Amino acid sequence: MILNASGCLDALAAPDVAAELDAFVTKTVTPLPREGNAPVRIAETEAGMLNAIGLANPGIEAFVREHLPRLAELPVPLWVSVGGFCAEDYARSCALLDPRDEVAAIELNLSCPNVAAPEEDAVAIVAAARAATSKPLYAKLSPALPDLPAVAAAAAGAGADGLSLVNTIRGLALDDRTLRPVLSTGAGGLSGPALRPVALAAVYACARAVDLPIVGMGGVATGRHALDLVAAGASAVALGTVLFSDPGAPSRVRAELGAEAAARGVDNPFELRGIAHAERGSGREGDVENPAPPRREKAAISTGNSP
Amino acid sequence: MAGAEDVGLYRLLRVERRGLDAGTPGQFFMLEAPGRPLPRPMSVCLVTPGELAFLVDPLGPGTRALAALARGDRLRLLGPLGRGFALDVARPLLVGGGIGVAPLPYLSESLGRPPAVLGFRSALHAEAAALVPNAEVVLDPVLVTDALAELLDLAVRDLLACGPEPMLRAVARMSPRAQLAWEAPMACGYGACFGCVVEIDGRLQRLCLEGPVLAAARVGQARRAEAAA
Repeated sequence: MILNASGCLDALAAPDVAAELDAFVTKTVTPLPREGNAPVRIAETEAGMLNAIGLANPGIEAFVREHLPRLAELPVPLWVSVGGFCAEDYARSCALLDPRDEVAAIELNLSCPNVAAPEEDAVAIVAAARAATSKPLYAKLSPALPDLPAVAAAAAGAGADGLSLVNTIRGLALDDRTLRPVLSTGAGGLSGPALRPVALAAVYACARAVDLPIVGMGGVATGRHALDLVAAGASAVALGTVLFSDPGAPSRVRAELGAEAAARGVDNPFELRGIAHAERGSGREGDVENPAPPRREKAAISTGNSP
Repeated sequence: MAGAEDVGLYRLLRVERRGLDAGTPGQFFMLEAPGRPLPRPMSVCLVTPGELAFLVDPLGPGTRALAALARGDRLRLLGPLGRGFALDVARPLLVGGGIGVAPLPYLSESLGRPPAVLGFRSALHAEAAALVPNAEVVLDPVLVTDALAELLDLAVRDLLACGPEPMLRAVARMSPRAQLAWEAPMACGYGACFGCVVEIDGRLQRLCLEGPVLAAARVGQARRAEAAA
């Protein structure tokens, strides 16, 4: 399964790109409209990019009224990313989305590095959202958390149905000439190739800690990158920064992922899920017969329109 | 790549067209910058039946990587993107500043080689003026707006401008119906990243979808730029 990372594709501006995904994830929607941060919002670094978009969005009411009916026309399931500044924000948006059949799943953005963090911790927000909707809930966590696997386990305990790993981490770029921050906000969220090993470590650690579906993302640009995340424990892979340079990435990465699996004698690349956890010496190197997690079948991912 | 050559301090990249639609003048392509995470937006400079050409100012790592390309190298590009100049103008006058000269050669050909006023920092930069027919050139510290102010018929001219933001804002004040080719840092060029926002019609909107060519009246005053200064 190939998705987009939230905020890395506008399906209304580029429906042909969104149609190549297995599910489309919206840009994060907050209770009130947000214009986002002032320019400059993006900067390139040696091995990635920084963004400080600041959750620009029309607000949940305008989103449900104006965007949702148009997004529902996409030929792929729709995941809505929800953000806010307190648990009540998330709960309110989830309650508004709950009765909408167009929404296949809700991703809780608990980790935007460009706006103030919510008052409550991730676990309290998941619990509040859980009480407001029966839709599948994915908790999107920051790899900068001091004990990410513990938070992931607590989110699972609070009712999360899956994890989205990872969001960007904070980074800074200075202007060549002035030596002042390039971004209007100073620091921003680092994505792209630099994030890839960070994401891999996060997925690897969380796959050992919890038994939930994991959407792995962070610097994926090729099928091999996607396969790494799957091997570390991801049950789906999302594309972010690569979409900016290659709108054809969804079908390309899917084909490359299939070829990577085929080269290892496997029809479905997701059969290799978790193989990175297989004990060394438990079989031949790269043994695909006995991958370790997933420990329970529940951890299969679904993008269907029914929860 | 069909080839590349220096034009003053800039670099002209000539790309084999292979059936690519050139778009309208002022539209742009995202050019893969070899070895860099993000492509770079470049407006179409020259169009021939077999080639598209882009004028690059090799200032940063991405543009330097592009400027290093040579004949035979492979280059991925995406476009044409955005909204270009409206060509239904009665008395066009092209205005360019620095690397903002880039879209003007194609625009000039499309409009039957109207007069142009171009401003550059130095005589070396000004060698790029050779790409634009019927151009009057001014050099720093003289500004293009100084040259425009001397035109008796400015009020009835249709200004089509591309250049640095202070120049565009000055042109907008002199000619409220001018068309301005704006610039902003851009990651994707097709509306995905929300990085290239500019204050358009009083709110932050994506330049890659609304522009890069904007009616002067839509840009208004620099609320944020002034607040930040």
